[in-house]
Amino acid sequence: MTVHTTSPQFKQNAHEAIHDAPLQKALNNMRTGFIERRALAAAELPEFEALRDSARDIKKHTLQHLDLYLEAYEKKVIEAGGRVHFCRTPAEANAAVLSICKARGARTVTKGKSMISEEMGLNDVLLAEGINPIETDLGEYIIQLRGEIPSHIIAPAVHLNKEQVEADFRRVHTHLPRDRVLTEPTQLLTEARAVLRERFLAADVGITGANFLIAETGTSIIVTNEGNGDLTQTLPKVHIVLASLEKLVPTLEDVSQLLRVLARSATGQDMSVYTTLSTGPRRPGDVDGPEEYHVILLDNGRSAMVGGEFGDMLRCIRCGACMNHCPVYHAVGGHAYGWVYPGPMGAVLTPSLIGVDKAGHLPNASTFCGRCEAVCPVRIPLPKLMRHWREREFARHLTPAAFRSGLRLWAFFAKRPRLYRFATRIGMAGLGLIGKRRGRFKSLPLAGGWTNFRDMPAPQGPTFQARWAKEKRVR
Amino acid sequence: MTSAREDILANIRRSLGVTGSEAPRRSNVATRLQNAPAGIIPVRGQLDARGRVAMFKQQAERAQASVTEVAHPEDVPGEVARFLRDHNLPATIRIGADARLGAMPWAQTALEVSSGRSNGNDPNAVSHAFGGVAESGTLAMLSGPDNPTTLNFLPDNHIVVLSAADVVGDYETIWKRLRDDLGKGTLPRTVNLITGPSRSADIEQTLLLGAHGPRTLHIIIVGEPA
Repeated sequence: MTVHTTSPQFKQNAHEAIHDAPLQKALNNMRTGFIERRALAAAELPEFEALRDSARDIKKHTLQHLDLYLEAYEKKVIEAGGRVHFCRTPAEANAAVLSICKARGARTVTKGKSMISEEMGLNDVLLAEGINPIETDLGEYIIQLRGEIPSHIIAPAVHLNKEQVEADFRRVHTHLPRDRVLTEPTQLLTEARAVLRERFLAADVGITGANFLIAETGTSIIVTNEGNGDLTQTLPKVHIVLASLEKLVPTLEDVSQLLRVLARSATGQDMSVYTTLSTGPRRPGDVDGPEEYHVILLDNGRSAMVGGEFGDMLRCIRCGACMNHCPVYHAVGGHAYGWVYPGPMGAVLTPSLIGVDKAGHLPNASTFCGRCEAVCPVRIPLPKLMRHWREREFARHLTPAAFRSGLRLWAFFAKRPRLYRFATRIGMAGLGLIGKRRGRFKSLPLAGGWTNFRDMPAPQGPTFQARWAKEKRVR
Repeated sequence: MTSAREDILANIRRSLGVTGSEAPRRSNVATRLQNAPAGIIPVRGQLDARGRVAMFKQQAERAQASVTEVAHPEDVPGEVARFLRDHNLPATIRIGADARLGAMPWAQTALEVSSGRSNGNDPNAVSHAFGGVAESGTLAMLSGPDNPTTLNFLPDNHIVVLSAADVVGDYETIWKRLRDDLGKGTLPRTVNLITGPSRSADIEQTLLLGAHGPRTLHIIIVGEPA
C-alpha cells in the first residue's frame, strides 16, 4: 500500500481533531448546509424514493453479473479505439499509468478529482519519476499545495478555512504581487482559475476519475461542477481514466436513474453542472479531444467482495451523503479516519481494502444512529455492515483485552436471565439511591471514559424489564 | 502466469459462484444491453411541447443560466450581440462548423466571428445544442467539428443555441434520439450534459460561479415548440 495509513491511530486522531480549533470552525460550515440542501432536493422530486430503489436494484443487478458486464464494456471501449488496462493492485495500476506517460515523454500531468488515484497514491509515484501531477479540482489543488489527502470524498478541502487557503496561495504563488487582496473566497477562486488555466494548456496527459462506466457503449462518465475534469481530459493528447470495477452500469437508461439520485444526495443539486460521457479518443474530423483514451480498471480487493458479506458496499456511488449526515464525521472530520475513504462508507470499505487489523477502529466509530443508511441513495445497510466488521474483529481477537473481558462478564449475566434481572435490579436501585439528590453522576467507577465528557443521569428506580412486565399486566 | 484481466474475472466468478458461461446469466445481460429498459422517469418533464420549453427555462434559470427565446434562426446574431453588449463583453465570438449557426446572418451585426476550436484566448463562444432536457434545464452538447468541445469549457462566456423542437422531457429521450441518429451502442466521442455555468463551493462551502469553465451560460431558444 503506497498511501500513508493512520487508521490504527484513530482514537488519537479523533482526540486531536476535537481539540483542533480551525478544524472545528471549518466543520461548523458543513454540519447543516449539506443536510438541508439534500432534504430540499429530495422533497422536490416526488419520485425520489422510488429512484433510490431503482438505483439500488441496478447496482445489485450489475454486481451479480459483473464479470459479463466487464467483458461487454471492454469490447465497446476497444471498438471505440480505447484501451482497458485491468489492474489487480495499486502497484499494477501505477505501473500502467507510468508506462502510458513515459511513452509520451510526459512532464506535466493535469488531474481531475479521483479517489482511485488516492487509493493508488499515484501523485507520489509520478513525482518520483520526474512527472509533475497537478490537481485541478479547486479543493484538490488546495490540499495538494498543503501535502494533505482529501478529508471528504466530494469536498476535499472541507476541513479548511479561507485564511488557511490564503496563506497557502501566498506561499506558493510567489510570482503574483505580494500586496494583492485575497480575503474573500471569490478572490481565491479567481487566482486559482488563472494559475490552473496555464497548467491545463501545458499538460501532456490528463487523468480523471470516473463516476460511472457504461457497458452498452464503452463510455466513462465524470460528474463535476467546476469543469476542471473536462479541461483535464479535452486539452492534452492523452486521457487516462482511473476507475474501479464497481463503477460499471449496464445502459444509458440505467445511468440516468443513478444520475437522478447522485447530485441530489451529494450537494442537493438536481444535476451537477457538467456530466460528461466520454467514449474513446478523437474521431476522424474532430478538431479537439485526446488522441489516446485509456481506462485503468483497478480491482484492489473488490473482486473478492462481490457477492460476499460486504458486497453491498460495492453499490456505493460516492455521493458523500453518509458523511454529510454523520455525527461522528461532523465531530472529527475526515482525516481522523486515517486512509482514503472517511465517514460511514469509509468505516465499511476501509477494513475491506486495507484489513480490519489496521482499520478496526473505524466501524467502531459509530453511534449506530442510522442516518447514513437513511440517506444512502443506493440503500447500503451501513450500520449492519459496520456491525459485521465488529463481529469479525471480535472473532479474530483484535479487540482490546479490557473490552473483551467486559463483554465476557456481560455475556455471563446475559446468558442467565434471572441472575441478570436480579443483578440489574440491585444495581439500578443502588445507583438510583446514591444519585437521588443530584439526579446525575459527575463520575462513576470504571466509566471514566464516558463521564469525562458528560454526566450520567441517575436511574429513576425500577428497571426497564420490571416496568415492561408491569405495564404488560395492566394492558 | 495469468494476466490481470483473467485473474480479476476468475476472482469475480469465484466470489459469485459462477463460471461465466451459464446461459441464464448471459441472456440476462444480453437482454438488458439490447432492450435498455427505462426506469423511473419523473413526471416533472412529461409535458406538452410548450410546457417542456417553459420547464426547461425555469430549471436552467434555477441553475443560474440565463435564457431568452427568439422566433427565428435569423434573430440569433442580434440576440448574441445584445447579450454581449448588455454585459459589457467584447464583440467577438468563436463558433464551430455547425451549418445551422453558419447559415445565420452574422454579417448583419458588428460581431467579429472566428471559427474552429478554442485555444483558450476566446472571451465568448457560440455553440448549437443537440437537445435540452426540461426535467433539469440541462443542455446536451455533442463533440465534433460542428461544435468543438473546447468551446464548451475554455471561453469565459458560453452562448448556446437550442431549437425549441429539441427540448425533450428527460435524458432517456436524448439517448433515444442519439440511437436513432448513430445506431444502438454508439455515442459521439463526448456528450456534455451541461446544467448552468461552472461553479465551486470548495472554499468554506461558499457557492461561487466561474470556477474553471464559463462564468456565464446564456441559452437562446429558437422557434416554436414542436
